[in-house]
This record gives sequence, C-alpha cells and structure tokens, in this order.
Amino acid sequence: MRDKYSTMEKSIDEINTRIHDGNARVVTAEEMPDIVAELGEEAALREVDVVTTGTFGAMCSSGAFFNFGHADPPIRMERVWLNDVEAYGGIAAVDAYIGATQQSTTQGDRYGGAHVIEDLISGRSIELRAISRGTDCYPRRTVTTNLLLEDFNDATMLNPRNAYQCYNAATNSTDRILHTYMGTLLPNCGNVSYSGAGVLSPLANDPTYRVIGSGVPIFLGGAQGMIVGEGTQSSPATGFATLMTTGDLTRMSPDYIRAATFQGYGVTMYVGLGVPLPVTDLTVVRSTAVRDEDLTTGIVDYGVPYRDRPTLRRISYAELKSGRIELDGEEVKTSSLSSYRKAREVAETLKNWVEMGSIDLALPTRRVDRTRRTHPMRETNLVPRVREVMETKVVCITEDEPITEAALKLLRGETNHLPVLNGDHRLVGIVTTYDVTKAVARPDDRVAVRDVMTRKVVRTTPEEAVDIAAQKLDRNNISALPVVDPQNRVIGMLTALNLGKLLGGRWKA
Amino acid sequence: MKLMVSFSRKKVSEPIIARAVMDTGVLINVERARIEPTEGDVLIDVPDESARTVCMKMRELGATVSVLRDAIIRDEDECVDCGACISVCPQEAFSFDSDWKLSLDQPRCVLCGRCIQACPHGALSLQK
Repeated sequence: MRDKYSTMEKSIDEINTRIHDGNARVVTAEEMPDIVAELGEEAALREVDVVTTGTFGAMCSSGAFFNFGHADPPIRMERVWLNDVEAYGGIAAVDAYIGATQQSTTQGDRYGGAHVIEDLISGRSIELRAISRGTDCYPRRTVTTNLLLEDFNDATMLNPRNAYQCYNAATNSTDRILHTYMGTLLPNCGNVSYSGAGVLSPLANDPTYRVIGSGVPIFLGGAQGMIVGEGTQSSPATGFATLMTTGDLTRMSPDYIRAATFQGYGVTMYVGLGVPLPVTDLTVVRSTAVRDEDLTTGIVDYGVPYRDRPTLRRISYAELKSGRIELDGEEVKTSSLSSYRKAREVAETLKNWVEMGSIDLALPTRRVDRTRRTHPMRETNLVPRVREVMETKVVCITEDEPITEAALKLLRGETNHLPVLNGDHRLVGIVTTYDVTKAVARPDDRVAVRDVMTRKVVRTTPEEAVDIAAQKLDRNNISALPVVDPQNRVIGMLTALNLGKLLGGRWKA
Repeated sequence: MKLMVSFSRKKVSEPIIARAVMDTGVLINVERARIEPTEGDVLIDVPDESARTVCMKMRELGATVSVLRDAIIRDEDECVDCGACISVCPQEAFSFDSDWKLSLDQPRCVLCGRCIQACPHGALSLQK
C-alpha cells in the first residue's frame, strides 16, 4: 500500500526496505520527466523510489592506486613504470598511483596510464619496472616483473575529478584547425563539440546536492563504487560541481573503462559512472524531472588562447543533441564526445542492480558545500610579455621602395626581416632575405617591395604572453614577428633569438 | 560507384578524366583529387552501370583503378558511439540512429581521413 507516504517524505530506510522486498519502483532519469508530467509531483514521489543516472565520457582526472606486494629481497620503489608509463612512487615501498593521462616514455600519446588500466581490467599482463637507491631495510635496487591484475594486493581506482555537473561546449573562431581535449575543432566555427549526458547526467539531476555527497554508492566502471566527496576544482556556487569517486578496479569491466587519445592533446580515459538517486522528497522529484531542454551550457571559443575564453552563446542540451545548432546566423554541426548510448547503458544497468537488490542506497554522510567556488591560480611571477623581450630598434621599409633598397637595408640592419609600411606608416607586409634573393635570382618585372612582400603578416602585440608568440612562430614555421600597436604601427620585432634568450635556447633561430 | 584512379605522369600524358568523359560519354563526378608533380589519385563517382566502361577506359589510358567499397573500416569493439566523428565529416557520412548508435553511410565517404584522426578510440581506419 502506497498511502503510508502521506507525509510527503520517504526515509532512506523505507526505500531500502522496498528494494529488499523487491517492490521498489526504479526508473532512469530519462523516464522520470514524463512520469512527473503525467502523475504530478506528489504522486510521482509516492510512485517512484529511485531514479538512476549515467554518463560515459572522457574523464582525464582519473587513476588508480596499486599495491604490488613485497619482492625478495625487498625494494622501496622510488620510481615506478608500468608498461613504460611512469606511476607516482612517492607513497612508500610498493605502492604507486598511476594517472590516466600520463604518457608512455616509449610510445608517446598512443599509450598511457588509461591504457595500462584498461589492459589490467581486460586481463592482460603488464610489465612493472622500478628502481631504488637501496636502504638497510630495503636493500634491492631494481625490480622487473610481469603482473596480472589478480597478482596485485590492491588496485583501487581513485578519480580526483569526475562527473562535471556541467561542461562547456567548444568551438573555434580561428582560421586553423585546433586539436583539443574537446576533440577536433574545425576553423571558422565549423563545428561545435560537447560533452555530458544532459538529462541522464548525475549532478544535473541533483543540482542542490540533496542526495549526492560523501559515502553515496555509485556505478563506477562497471563495478559498485562510492563517492568520496567533492572533486578537485569543484565549484558548486557557479554550477560546476565535480565528484571524487573510488571503486575496486578488480571488479571493473572494459565495457565501461576505455583508454582514448585526443589527437594533439594526449591520453585520456572514458569512464562510465552513474549515481542512483533515492526519491526522498519533492525536491528530488522536481530536480529529477529535468529535461534536455532545461539544461543549458555555454559555447566557448577555444580559439582564444587564454584562461577566460569568451562564451559565444548559451545552448540547451536538446539543441546540442539535435546535431545542428545556430551560431551567428549560420547552421553548425555538433559532435558529442561522450557516448549517450553508453550513458543509457550505465543508467539501465544501475536500475537493474537496484531492482535486483544488489546495491544498498545511502544518503550523504557529508554534504557538498554549496558556497564553494574555484578560483584561478595566484601567480607571483607574471608570465613574461612580448614587450619585455622584443627588439625596439626596427628597420622598416615602405612598399614603394625598390627591391635593391630592401637588399641594402637587410645588409646594413643585419636582419633577415623587414616590416613593410604604407604611406601612413601602417604595417602592410613583410619581406625576408629569402624574398629578396628570389627576386634577384629570377628577375622579371618585379621591382618594388610591394611586388615581393608577403601580405598576410603573422604579428604580435606588446602585451601578448611570450608563450603565445612562441607558438605563433612554431606553428607558422617562421622566425620573426612584427610587434604592432592598436593602430597597426610597428613598435618592435620579436625574433626566435629574443625568445631563445628567455626560454633557455629552445627557440634559437 | 566510387573508383579510385591512380596515375603517374610517366604513363599518363593526357588529361585522363576529360578524355574518359569524352570517349565514354559517362558523366564522371570528381569527389577528391590529389595531384602531385609526378603522380596523382582521383576519387570519382560514376553510375553503377557505367563503372565497367569507365574502368576499362581508364586502364587503357594507363591508370590503375580500384573499386572502393567500405572505404572506412569501423571497429565495432573499439567504437563507443561517442560521435566525435560526426561533425568533422564534410560529407555527413556519420549519424546517430534512434538508439544513439553510430551509423556510417559508406557511399557518402570521400576518404578525406578527418574522422580517422578525430576518433579518440582509434576505431576508424582506411581500407588498404
């Protein structure tokens, strides 16, 4: 009889009793909105006991603690490699933590910590290599051995930052292709990529953190895991909470833990994660009734190489999932990076676990601090700006002058680059020693600088961070950048040589 | 039907596509071309019933021709149906079905290879 819930609240004990009796009504977060719409909130509270959520996407901030057992003679491992991927060994004798994004010393971004974890879960053997300086109590200096997951004493996944409440969608306004952790971003806002399961997303279904918090049992990588508490960088006050999660690696499945590589970014790990939400009161009913139409995120321009990237517009998950959205009057295709099919699988599997009574629900033992917000790094040493390293004595030429004059100036100025100015002293091009040499070697009707100059000049500004300027040199395979003021007047030159002095020889001409 | 026509300047001296169109009367759609100083590959689309005629003509002119079927291979074990490939494809060859499973419309593919690089799971490859 359901009328005993007349108090508009259900205790977690009541819900667990129903689960054990096999009477619990369990639905996924995708099914809940229609149920609430049909029955109304109060009837939905009486009717539904548990709402399951799920997500399956790239969660870079993941990894695992291992204990390998003691060797004989014993070793206190100082540096540890698993299949040539370094694990952190600064946690006593035979323990180590492997991070998902750590890359192999021999295979680069094709193999990393995530692959080690996936290989272990899949039953494949991995090579452990460790070194030590040797002590009286741990005399051994090196060890190499092949291990299966079952040979470990412990293998505990611990993910510092999973299950973002919300994540930005990404686009790219520059004229070149970008390779990011948000996937391939085509030039001129040619596509938009997004991550997250929307209506099925765990934290999106409990934005007030009523039933999500420390100690809550979850689905993690195919096994039963637990929420440790708030994740690192969690920012509930701004709607960007995260979770720290843990689970027994030995019980996980490669169906829900997948190593991956984003081209140009590196290794990451796809993790399947789901939280069962006990429907204890009307607040939970209302928050689990959320639909893709109600969940919004910002489309952020990853073409801007700074921390605070501009948001081009707000967008709902319903629009993102439709495959096409409108951006600045143009139709743009969208790609998800997380798998909605797998997210559904997680939520369905979790639903099954609850229905079978194989998972006990619990309320948080410590609640999320809703006032907490993340803040940017406090930088005591400011990143050097172009102004500090640029050459201020610049030899320029005007576009009307003859090529022979350019040759003389290059020779006299002991430089390889001449910024070219128009009559108003604005930058309109650049000529290099190579351009002049080519014009001399193959004489035709080209006589003035404007005939041989490069018109599309890659430039920098005095306030630009040198790292960004260095990236411009690298990407365009050039060795100097004119520094311009807002009126496009040349106030300096930045050469590979200037950067070389600053960055320790990495940018030698 | 899609045909990959490869030629080298040594063996092929005339404008091979134009010659094939004129001689066979078949309308050839060029989908992608890579022309280098000494060699080239051109991906063409022709009506199925004319494929044989075009193939024979191209070979007669000194090119090698291969028929492309299932040009992109999708490893279903590696694919997690994330959809990272969908928006990078210029031909809209990828889409989700009603169950959010990825589907690939092979005939649309022009072998640009963008999806292969964009796939985080290494699930896509080019048929050799």
